[in-house]
Amino acid sequence: MDELSSMTIAEARDRLRARDVTSREITEACLSEIESASALNAVVTSTPDKALEMADAADAALAAGDAPALAGIPLGVKDVFCTEGVRSQAASAILEDFTPTYESTVTAKLWDAGAVHLGKLNMDEFAMGSSTEHTCYGACVSPWRRAGDTAPITAGGSSGGSAAAVAAGLCLGATGTDTGGSIRQPAAFTGTTGIKPTYGRCSRWGIIAYASSLDQAGPIARSVRDCAILLGAMAGHDPKDSTSADLAVPDFEAALTEDLRGKRIGLPKEYGEGLGAEMQATWDKGAEMLRDAGAEVVEISLPHTKYALPAYYIIAPAEASSNLARYDGVRYGYRAELAQGDGIVEMYERTRAEGFGKEVQRRVLVGAYVLSAGYYDAYYLRAQRVRTLIKRDFEAAFEGVDAILAPATPGPAFGLGEMEGDPVQMYLQDVFTVTLNLAGLPGLSVPVTLASNGLPLGLQIIGKAWDEAGILGVGHALEARAGFTAKPERWW
Amino acid sequence: MTALAYTEPAPKVIAGLKDDWELVIGMEVHAQVASKSKLFSGASTAFGAEPNSNVSLVDAAMPGMLPVINEFCVEQAVRTGLGLKAEINLRSVFDRKNYFYPDLPQGYQISQYKHPVVGEGEVLVDMEPGVGRRVRIERIHLEQDAGKSIHDMDPAMSFVDLNRTGVALMEIVSRPDIRGPEEAAEYVRKLRQILRYLGTCDGNMQEGSLRADVNVSVCRRGAYEKYRETGDFSHLGTRCEIKNMNSMRFIQQAIEFEARRQIAIIEDGGTVDQETRLYDPVKGETRSMRSKEEAHDYRYFPDPDLLPLEFSQAWVDGIGASLPELPDDKKARFVKDYGVTEYDASVLTADVEHADFFEAVAKGRDGKQAANWVINELFGRLNKESTPVSESPVSAAQLGGVIDLIAKGDISGKIAKDLFEILWTEGGDPAEVVEARGMKQVTDTGAIEAAVDEVLAANPDKVEQAKAKPSMAGWFVGQVMKATQGKANPQAVQALVKQKLGVE
Repeated sequence: MDELSSMTIAEARDRLRARDVTSREITEACLSEIESASALNAVVTSTPDKALEMADAADAALAAGDAPALAGIPLGVKDVFCTEGVRSQAASAILEDFTPTYESTVTAKLWDAGAVHLGKLNMDEFAMGSSTEHTCYGACVSPWRRAGDTAPITAGGSSGGSAAAVAAGLCLGATGTDTGGSIRQPAAFTGTTGIKPTYGRCSRWGIIAYASSLDQAGPIARSVRDCAILLGAMAGHDPKDSTSADLAVPDFEAALTEDLRGKRIGLPKEYGEGLGAEMQATWDKGAEMLRDAGAEVVEISLPHTKYALPAYYIIAPAEASSNLARYDGVRYGYRAELAQGDGIVEMYERTRAEGFGKEVQRRVLVGAYVLSAGYYDAYYLRAQRVRTLIKRDFEAAFEGVDAILAPATPGPAFGLGEMEGDPVQMYLQDVFTVTLNLAGLPGLSVPVTLASNGLPLGLQIIGKAWDEAGILGVGHALEARAGFTAKPERWW
Repeated sequence: MTALAYTEPAPKVIAGLKDDWELVIGMEVHAQVASKSKLFSGASTAFGAEPNSNVSLVDAAMPGMLPVINEFCVEQAVRTGLGLKAEINLRSVFDRKNYFYPDLPQGYQISQYKHPVVGEGEVLVDMEPGVGRRVRIERIHLEQDAGKSIHDMDPAMSFVDLNRTGVALMEIVSRPDIRGPEEAAEYVRKLRQILRYLGTCDGNMQEGSLRADVNVSVCRRGAYEKYRETGDFSHLGTRCEIKNMNSMRFIQQAIEFEARRQIAIIEDGGTVDQETRLYDPVKGETRSMRSKEEAHDYRYFPDPDLLPLEFSQAWVDGIGASLPELPDDKKARFVKDYGVTEYDASVLTADVEHADFFEAVAKGRDGKQAANWVINELFGRLNKESTPVSESPVSAAQLGGVIDLIAKGDISGKIAKDLFEILWTEGGDPAEVVEARGMKQVTDTGAIEAAVDEVLAANPDKVEQAKAKPSMAGWFVGQVMKATQGKANPQAVQALVKQKLGVE
């Protein structure tokens, strides 16, 4: 791994400002790493010309002394973000070669802050999946391997490309989106750090929708501090997204602390039910570290936790079935070849059958089913009630604690293809993450240790609504004590 | 304000071969909200633009685009609700109505399903003086219009124009309180009138700003009253919905046809299928579009891209305070203040421009005379020449001047019509025109007497006849008026003629 492309954002920022290194040098290092990392299949569209142009502009601004916060920092962008003039297809064949004429609010904010656009990153199609195997670009491969084994491992999903690229040193940070865990789970699988902010913190405008009431953008990076820096640039009210909150964005970086004295951290007992010994031990270790930082750690209860996953797998597909109706072959993207005499119905059927992957089709079907007459009350309406109960669980819990510590995933990353044929097993990957999306709360995934098989394990810190600063503080303290410095051994 | 009293009209009865049948009609009127931009995007709503020129990224449902509510459209819906004396829901929700069609880019229409912005209201459908039907409004909700699919431009291809896509519509849903084809047409007319008064819809049916879906069923005598007592729809017949009607005449024809079709089926021992039908104005018949079984399952659910619509009572009250005087009130006031007949008041209040014109003329003058002149001369002429009142060649001030000249006795009614003609074609100040053209009525008895004497002297034989037959006096009056070019005061002429002939 190139030293320049493996820096943290904080480090790069300081060195850029010290004129010790140029953005062009860092950007070229990243581009060269991307070039040699095709085996990972993390970057699906590289934009070297754009990147170098932006790097030079950043260098000029740095030289002039009026550089914005992220000046010269090269980033990767999940393919789900629409980027002007750059292919953006959410890893779906149905958006074949779709090149937007517009830039998503979140990426526009990053470029405004001086960041450099390296290219687009692999993901599960329309952000549906936990392994970045369901993608029109082919599966993304984690830079990590099990100790003594060459079998390909998943980087998680759906933001698997983002996590792999950050872990492998292809970029300094990356954007992700998290609908049911799609930032936190890949971060945990790859030894990187990722935060899903409070629903409404980042604008969804220009992000290809999966489930509108759950989707949130956030960063994946190499440290809690880097997440704080990136989130500060990505967040903020957007009048173009009615669900974005009209709230000031705090200085997240300033909130970082290693001192948790006076803080109460909750451990939800329901999350321990059926948890593997290794993950349980990691969780216990994390709790100990927080105690060590001065926090009081207490057991709490989130009684409706077990209903979260089924509720999520009703609400998310329901919204998806409607959000994905626009991909019909009429205006843009893929349109199936039609035979003589075929009409509009054949065009829809063939286009969507050929354009959508299996997992997307599965969720669209489930979603249409749970919304249909006669089933709506039993599924969708009931799931919404569960959602309310889960929100209340958290509200009650947060009356007694400042943050919650929980596992990010049931265990370390699994091998590619291992979950094939059992979608429910795959869905169970999201068991600790979906609850936050249902409640709209922020969650931060921090790498803590390596499992016995040599793969990273992460913990998740859950906060009150709008308290990203609080969980970044707790995460920073955890990170400092965990001292996780492991890097994947280069094989690609 | 004293409201006018109304009695309910009798329902339309159609005699079948075996029985008498009554009609029961409910309507869903889609009224395009008068707004420069669309319901959830900033694109223009201008009619007649080049195809696909008024289309934003949101309207075209590009990936990642999000709707943002146009608050003015919400205000217009609330204003409409208040105008229909309806309850305003301070919290309402936008839902997605899911179905596939090429002119529906999102694959769903954003509408309001369970929680509409406006609740129950009422429309008085005045059929004739003293007779009116109170039609209950069930709800009004806001929704997006679809685009236009064009299937007849190419043998193999269909074309789509998205200009209309996302334009704000108010769907105004009535209860099944309309009881005949004429009432249905009058209902739409009245609704249109109120919307235009409010400025919330331009009511242009040709441009599609106002369309109606008409639900028609038939029942035997007495059944409808049972429904009203119990609220139980099973007392009514199975309804068919006739979609997308944009002409009052077609609405009447379609209902008439549809009712007779249903009666024939029932009397033949069959049952009416609940279905959606289309009216073919060329053949004058309705035909099945889709059956209940083929009906879409729209999979409604709350749109997660939009927050619920919430507003305060104070905001609603503010809109209420800015409402203009509405047709029913204006009509009652015209009857009361100007002494015009209810019929004339209806004509005068058909729309705001006409009513304002009348009031400008009637102010400080005799209301009935003003109404006569405005309705018969001015509106008649405008109508004949298809000129809108806003472009009337004769202004309210001019017409008022004409009436003033009559009242002063300066001109007769007959001369006034000539004067009106001059004002219409050439313009000018009425008093000045009368002066300049010597049209002033001769009231000087000396001059009139001279004219009378002259006519009598020229017709000695007729004088003799007239003395025997007093009704001949009229002939002399006519001759004198002719000799004075109509300027002589006719009453004075008549009196003098009779006096000189010695007849009474």
